[in-house]
Amino acid sequence: MKEFFRRTPKHFTPGARSNGQQVPDNMWVKCQSCGELTYVKQLNDNLKVCKCGYHMRLSAREWLGLLDADSFEEQDTGLAPVDPLTFISAKDNYAQKVIENQERTGLNDALVTGRGAIDGNPLQIAVSEFAFIGGSMGSVYGEKLARAVEQATQHSIPLMTITATGGARQHEGVLSLMQMAKVNIALTRLAAAGLPHIALLVDPCYAGVMASYASVADIIIAEPGARVGFAGQRVIEQTIRQKLPPNFQTAEFMLEHGMIDMVMARSDLRTTIARLLRLYAATPLHKHAGSQTIRLNGAERAYAK
Amino acid sequence: MTTLTPWDKVQLARHPHRPHTLDYVKALFEDFTEFHGDRRFGDDAAMIGGVARFADQTIMVVGHQKGRDARENVRRNFGMPRPEGYRKALRLFQHAERFGMPVLCFIDTPGADPGIQSEERGQGNAIAENILVMAGLRVPIIATVIGEGGSGGALAIGVCDRLMMLEHSVYSVASPEGTAAILWRDSAKAPDAAKAMRITAQDLYVMQVADTIVSEPEGGAHTAPEPVIAAVGAALQVHLAGLCRLDPETLLEQRYHKYRAIGQYQEGIQRSVFGSDGAAELIRFG
Repeated sequence: MKEFFRRTPKHFTPGARSNGQQVPDNMWVKCQSCGELTYVKQLNDNLKVCKCGYHMRLSAREWLGLLDADSFEEQDTGLAPVDPLTFISAKDNYAQKVIENQERTGLNDALVTGRGAIDGNPLQIAVSEFAFIGGSMGSVYGEKLARAVEQATQHSIPLMTITATGGARQHEGVLSLMQMAKVNIALTRLAAAGLPHIALLVDPCYAGVMASYASVADIIIAEPGARVGFAGQRVIEQTIRQKLPPNFQTAEFMLEHGMIDMVMARSDLRTTIARLLRLYAATPLHKHAGSQTIRLNGAERAYAK
Repeated sequence: MTTLTPWDKVQLARHPHRPHTLDYVKALFEDFTEFHGDRRFGDDAAMIGGVARFADQTIMVVGHQKGRDARENVRRNFGMPRPEGYRKALRLFQHAERFGMPVLCFIDTPGADPGIQSEERGQGNAIAENILVMAGLRVPIIATVIGEGGSGGALAIGVCDRLMMLEHSVYSVASPEGTAAILWRDSAKAPDAAKAMRITAQDLYVMQVADTIVSEPEGGAHTAPEPVIAAVGAALQVHLAGLCRLDPETLLEQRYHKYRAIGQYQEGIQRSVFGSDGAAELIRFG
């Protein structure tokens, strides 16, 4: 991580990767979409949304700025990947790749979990780090997320997931696939406890993660322009051998096809999530606050049994 | 014993003459009555399902169905279901739960259909809903990988209490071609991927993902289908008898722990999202 604090000339190059580490205030960043240059300071004040509306990628750490200041308590910081398949091929060495990604991102794996609050409303949060092997879900990601879901269930607080991912991690083979079942089986208990799961889909959000927890959340929000889908565009193009329509698999496309609840600009996220958390904490038949039964007295007794 | 490479096993698992789901249904079950449609959009021939008699009880059978020739493969979409196929399966799972029928699934797919229409109708969501519902289904589920189990498209009918695999079947996070394309942008490297991915029944047994391996003749199940199908039937009967003795709460508790325990990781290597510099704020949402 140290290299990101060094003021080396290469960090002043426009278009340097905005991977969320601290950078000098006078650095220019080039928008991937419109090509405009903006001061880092100005861009950060605008939550890394360009004047053209393009939502630049945030690191997991940057996403934690969505929470109330100092409210975040990170959990399961000691979980780290192993190399269960001893995955080595001519072009790929998983063990080596993990070490490189850990050094570059400062994280053990691609998911950060913990407890925090938004506008005073407590919640369990799980944020993926796309810079760590494409935010892919392997054993550590699955285990941390399952534990996070169990924490939410146990403490009767809502769950929010923020996800940018390429899907299940290939290097852990079938174990990665089974994490899809693992996180969803944990979610059945969250649902049984009457607690909401709010999912924020961030560019890009694909494959095994869309085919498990991200697309079955109670409320699904996507960022403007985020690419969201199951099969990758390269795979689809190879299969059907034709070019895809321009808005295919965007957040807006998903909204149009009824797959998500809303497309929300980054600047409106905090107030929207806070409003939702308040709404879901005050449902009339709310039954997860300690007691399993609805209190019955007076007229309500008529509805018993 | 011959030594088949993982790629050899992929070829056997995909052999056109290998017994497919309907071959098992015809040989093992009585009174099979096929049901159609997802009641939402359409019927998908890549996924079949219906009620039948097995071991003196009514069961629900659901499985991927491949074709034997080009014509049937086009109709069956090579065993790659579209969202309506998964949603048909979902409807049958819930139907089985309502009427107290155990569910027997047969897995045999290269993966879920990757097409424009499948994306428009929510392929990811269709698979995810199935995984979620199967996770909490209050009747026993036994899944058997009879050929190839490719990615979420397989898992969408694969969450279960017992997973059986044929000796030369394979099951992984993606097809070998898919993994090669994802990692190396070259699907021709599929044999390398097959080796690196640990996709064989024997690998999955060691990783404690598969519970039972059903033997095949050396040349593959298609060289002697009857004894292989009968052996699958015998194994199904043993697991079914055991699972039917459990009350739904115990069944669900055991299923929860089965999946909760899958995965390999280490603990004790501390790395915080805040790094070593403490909690310097990067971005503050208003």
